[in-house]
Amino acid sequence: MVFEDFLALAPLLVLAVAIVIGLLVAALPGSDRMMAGLTPLALVLALASLPMAAETAPRLVTPLLLVDGYALVFSGLILVAALLVAVLSRAAFAGRPGRPPRLQEFDLLLLLAVLGALVLTGATHMISFVIGLELLSIPLLALIAYPRDEPLPLEAGLKYLVIAGVSSATLFFGLALIYAATGTMDFAAIARTPTAHPAFVVAGLVLVLVAGGFKLSLIPFHMWAPDVYQGAPAPVTAFVGTVSKAAVFALLFRLFEATGALASPAPLWSLSAIAFASMIGGNLLALLQQNVKRLLAYSSIAHFGYLMVPLLAGGTFGAEAGLAYLAGYSVTLIGALAVVGLLRPDASGREAERWSDYQGLFRRRPWLAGLFALMLLSLAGIPLTLGFIAKLYAFAAGIDGAAWLLLAGLIAGSTIGLFYYLRLALALFAPAGAVAGPADAMPADATGLTLPARGLLAALAVALVGLGLWPQPLIGLVREAGTLAATEPPALSRPDPTEARSWTE
Amino acid sequence: MTLVWLIGLLLAGGVVAWGGERFGSAWPRSIAVTVMLIALVMVLGLWSGAATGVVTPGGPWIAHVEADWIPRFGIAFHFGADGLSLVLVVLTIILGFAAVIAANIDVKERVGFFHFNLLWTLAGAVGVFTALDLFLFFVFWEAMLIPMALIIALWGHEKRRAAALKFVLFTQGSGLLLFAAILALVFAHYGDTGLWTFDYLTLLAAEGSWPGNLWILLGFVIAFAVKLPMVPLHSWLPDAHTEAPTAGSVVLAGVLLKTGGYGLIRFTAPLFPEAAQLLAPYAMALGVFGILYGAVLAYAQSDFKRLVAYSSVSHMGFVLLGVFAATLWSLQGAVIQMLAHGLSTGGLFIMAGLLQHRLGTRDMQRFGGLWAGMPRLGALTLIFAVAALGLPGLANFVGEFLVLLGTWERSVWAAAFAALGMVGAVIYALALIQRTFHGAPHGNPGVRDLDPRAVGLLAVLVLLLAGLGLAPQPVLDTTAPALEALLRLSEPAILAGEVASHGL
Repeated sequence: MVFEDFLALAPLLVLAVAIVIGLLVAALPGSDRMMAGLTPLALVLALASLPMAAETAPRLVTPLLLVDGYALVFSGLILVAALLVAVLSRAAFAGRPGRPPRLQEFDLLLLLAVLGALVLTGATHMISFVIGLELLSIPLLALIAYPRDEPLPLEAGLKYLVIAGVSSATLFFGLALIYAATGTMDFAAIARTPTAHPAFVVAGLVLVLVAGGFKLSLIPFHMWAPDVYQGAPAPVTAFVGTVSKAAVFALLFRLFEATGALASPAPLWSLSAIAFASMIGGNLLALLQQNVKRLLAYSSIAHFGYLMVPLLAGGTFGAEAGLAYLAGYSVTLIGALAVVGLLRPDASGREAERWSDYQGLFRRRPWLAGLFALMLLSLAGIPLTLGFIAKLYAFAAGIDGAAWLLLAGLIAGSTIGLFYYLRLALALFAPAGAVAGPADAMPADATGLTLPARGLLAALAVALVGLGLWPQPLIGLVREAGTLAATEPPALSRPDPTEARSWTE
Repeated sequence: MTLVWLIGLLLAGGVVAWGGERFGSAWPRSIAVTVMLIALVMVLGLWSGAATGVVTPGGPWIAHVEADWIPRFGIAFHFGADGLSLVLVVLTIILGFAAVIAANIDVKERVGFFHFNLLWTLAGAVGVFTALDLFLFFVFWEAMLIPMALIIALWGHEKRRAAALKFVLFTQGSGLLLFAAILALVFAHYGDTGLWTFDYLTLLAAEGSWPGNLWILLGFVIAFAVKLPMVPLHSWLPDAHTEAPTAGSVVLAGVLLKTGGYGLIRFTAPLFPEAAQLLAPYAMALGVFGILYGAVLAYAQSDFKRLVAYSSVSHMGFVLLGVFAATLWSLQGAVIQMLAHGLSTGGLFIMAGLLQHRLGTRDMQRFGGLWAGMPRLGALTLIFAVAALGLPGLANFVGEFLVLLGTWERSVWAAAFAALGMVGAVIYALALIQRTFHGAPHGNPGVRDLDPRAVGLLAVLVLLLAGLGLAPQPVLDTTAPALEALLRLSEPAILAGEVASHGL
């Protein structure tokens, strides 16, 4: 490996070093406070190293990782989301019931998962795919069950463990089939290798798709999502919904582009059917929810259904649209869950997940309620919010790919979605207790917000409205990723075997 | 820049009115009145300077302003007003004024937030009428719905939340169709020319024959037809109008419905001439059906506001008919009809609000014999009702007459059946008066006539209706260049000379 290789991997290295430091200082007194500073610092440094890595892009670092604009912009998205989650988790955990928890393990697990997510964005090889995915999933499971004295997080963690196991098994089987047919683990080489068993490759790709469907909680692989979203602490829910899913999307997009999987009918039609079912089903199921976190889970199923439209459209514009959609959705979801996690509805310190917690909230906490209403409008894709820009891209990708049926699903799903987002938004403004229960059941609000929490919320609101009104900076960024992903001439073409050998020497 | 300032004034005024609430509940109202006064001066100033404009294929544009917004897709802040936009903006401001004053009737709590929503709705409507970029148009189109829905949901009557949700679902759902259609149009244009643009004038100038034209047009038409509303897409309207507070009903009926008519005139036929011609017979048939259906259903209502709401369905049928008949007379008629309907229905909804405030009900079965106790209120209601039924000398007559005249050349049958709608209007409008003010008194305790100040304010609406009815020529002159330009663009099959010979 040469110096440029290290430069290209700088974001990964920064995180890895931070993890090692975190492990080393864990035994020292006061390490919890040290970790509280180290985690955001590491994430910020990793973010800051992205432009440096971009200097070298596109660059294939070992046959496993391709550091190109696509990977770097996705990494940027993931790091920003992780930073927001890290700040949010400190603020939100402080108010949980019981003794104040130690968060240094939490932070370490978070950093590990982010490391896995970053590996996924650059993975061009089955090995890096599997390493990244496991590095992401295993810490996540511990994060979900972090408040281990409470039953719901434990249950959610267990469910996630089972689902992660099943999806990994499916994935391995699919990868094994592909490898058996083609004899290569390199994404781009799969398409080029002539094979006597094309059916194996197609079956393998469909199985990979199934595994991806589990991770992205697409219908019919969505059963875990509501329970995990509800059971996990709100910041972890935000992490599952944004970082983890964004990384898997990044990987799937690259895999399907490189292998040309969507050119053959079986993966194309199964993905289309999954997308359509998720858009409609996710929204319909969300209609029935009385728990806000479960509602967000079903809404997330629908949103990732929408996100499959750019994936199916593919190409430069597909990458751009997918990234823009993910960016818009991530900011919005983190914002919504930040309110859920920070709004202490009563003295027990539980999270605000019941419908009644939001009934008439605008009169008690106007700023928080206003912010939550903004997030809901953004989820619904109303103009002047970032969610609208995301929707613009989803629609544009559908039209670009001439996917009329999916476009119809997008319209129908969004219309159903409006209903429950608005119902919840209207509840915020309603007189307290008008619908659910007597007025005296409304608890007094417990605590105010800490300074980081206020800053976090303000930043999210500014991003949501600011980028909604003036999306050009975001578009410029995601567009760069799209063009770089498409125009990498020699880098994406594999190094010849002699070169491949040279890095081992 | 005047248009940008106008929209900015309404937006900023809304925020200030909301903030003003903390100094007392009278403040938001005073602030809103001031804002509307300034806005009125601004639009009248615009009108007086209407002759000077930038001339393009779409027509002469005044207060034209353009700046980059999202260059990636060729989206721009592009505003401009021609005669058509201008008269509708004037209507918006006048009815906005009426709504701010009418808000006093039944909005008693969270006054600041109410005025915020009201002014933002008006800002959205002004934006819709003046945006010359399709993306910008859509942003305003969607953005004005949320404050309107909040007005219905928070300050409305008994079934307000259901009505608000229904309103949003219908309009936003169809709005998504519009969005898809706009994007499809832009992508088709991009495919042809390699140029990203949402600019109305550029797309207008392009050769309008893309594959799937009819489908794209349908997306536009359905979105506008829901808003107009066209039967059978009207079912949100009676609920929304009935449940909204008085000021909300005034803006909803007076301004928001007009955005649908405006969209049809501005975008459908000029952008897709051939496809629009294919669609025209069906749209005209639905327009005629809506006229008759709305009239019949209006007669059957016992709720004062519901009756007025169904009469809107009937009146807007004339607009649909006039737009798709696509002659200069019918288009002129459609525009006058929109203005007249805004004024007369706005007036009727204010009357409904006053009655409900006094008597605590909108049920006409519990009204009756009210004339004796409130002659002034009764007389004003009578004037608005006869305006609605199309009495010559008041504005609605001019609109309906011109629509029928213009339609006659296209289809005698359509004109003949539509004319029956004017008979229907006489029946339901007089039934409204008879059930409410005549007959045996029910001994209502709340009977109290209008004070002179209220009469004076409502007299302004009456004067406008009479002025538009007796001397419509200034308005016709203002809209004529714009409508002629749109007509030229939308009728390639028809000789340009024929259009010219219809000049008024």
